[in-house]
Amino acid sequence: MVAGSAAGSNAPAPSTPKNVPLRGGEPNPSAAALKQQFSGGINRVDVMWGETTVIVDHARLHEIVHWLHDDPSQRYDYLSDVTAVEFRDLEQPLEVVWHLRSLPWRRFLRVKVLIEKGAALEVPSVWDIYKSADWLERECYDMFGITFNGHPDLRRLLMWESYKEGFPLRKDFPLRGRFSRSEQLRQALAANPEARYSKDELSIAEAFEDLPSDMRRRLGTGEKVGE
Amino acid sequence: MGLSRSEPRSGEQGPERSEGTASTEITSDMPWTLTTLDKLVNWGRSNSLWPMPFGTACCAIEFMATAASKYDLARFGMERQAFSPRQADVLICAGRVPFKLAPVLRRIWQQMPQPKWCISMGACASSGNGIFDNYAVVQGIDNIIPVDVYVPGCPPRPEGLLYGIMMLQKKVMNERSGDPSLRNEMEPDPTSQLYIAPSLIDELSEPFGNSVHQTRSGL
Repeated sequence: MVAGSAAGSNAPAPSTPKNVPLRGGEPNPSAAALKQQFSGGINRVDVMWGETTVIVDHARLHEIVHWLHDDPSQRYDYLSDVTAVEFRDLEQPLEVVWHLRSLPWRRFLRVKVLIEKGAALEVPSVWDIYKSADWLERECYDMFGITFNGHPDLRRLLMWESYKEGFPLRKDFPLRGRFSRSEQLRQALAANPEARYSKDELSIAEAFEDLPSDMRRRLGTGEKVGE
Repeated sequence: MGLSRSEPRSGEQGPERSEGTASTEITSDMPWTLTTLDKLVNWGRSNSLWPMPFGTACCAIEFMATAASKYDLARFGMERQAFSPRQADVLICAGRVPFKLAPVLRRIWQQMPQPKWCISMGACASSGNGIFDNYAVVQGIDNIIPVDVYVPGCPPRPEGLLYGIMMLQKKVMNERSGDPSLRNEMEPDPTSQLYIAPSLIDELSEPFGNSVHQTRSGL
């Protein structure tokens, strides 16, 4: 019996699996449940190194993730990563990957959506289901240029907001960037390091009313303190 | 004890001392020394350098080891680590600097009061380290700010940093206040001959990074 397990007190304690085959292991039970629930939306189920990957339909992704999050038999309550994979092969589609984990059921599920070459790089955002998707999707947008429809604040996360060279992890992006070194440096130095943070981002907006009046006045007039 | 030695002992020394005229005689047991003002000032400066660690990566861990008890940076007058640029003398940039951090580093350098020096610690801060020759990393902080001492290594051992600090102390000792270019912080004028056009800098810097066009006065 493991505390917090949804499988009940009779379930065996989880142990590290041994002799896991490269392909064709036992799939995650969620895959079969997904196939039953969304028969048209599940394109393929792969099992690799004991981890299950479900390739789902672009249009039904949000619905599927929502169901995985809410259904009592699934309860995927933790989104650990949102990322994308682009291949050198021009034929191969770009993949957007969501890593879901169910803490109560001790399950891990990888959900993928394939975007064919030439198609618009747009996928639905899961921000309304997992708040942790906020920065993960921003990072994915920053690095790959994938638009997450429904994200409230889709800005660059790692690169600065005025970065003009494109999306660095795309295969057509040159390793050293598109601009020359001196141009890159000039643009970087032109950025104001204090202008990047909005009041909302520092979450001071929520505490704004509780601040002393002189601090409220200073913040209200946009006074800079670093000069 | 020390004070009592410097008091004139009229009974024993200076028998010819007449009243009314200032005594110019210096006796051998009086504490005195001759030096230049530069030397005195530089001696004071070089033995009380306050470092500001700008640690961005693994070099900062080595810096911490240097500051800790085994290597003990305090022996060199660096007892006080200044985490505010306003109270710092030496900027020790330990680690790679991405372009996003470039304006921050430049701002911190500008906030430090003169006299100020900079140590570039490690291969990343000095040259971009080759393996970080990519779209995101500044190829050596001497593109942004002037550097006095480069400490090689990936990361340098604490002994390496200490050696760099001692080199900086020697450099400080050899400064002359009469040197007009010593504290020159002017940005190069685009119309002057000192100014190198960005296109020319590109030609010089590709593909080996920077370090061929570094100047003491910034970009």
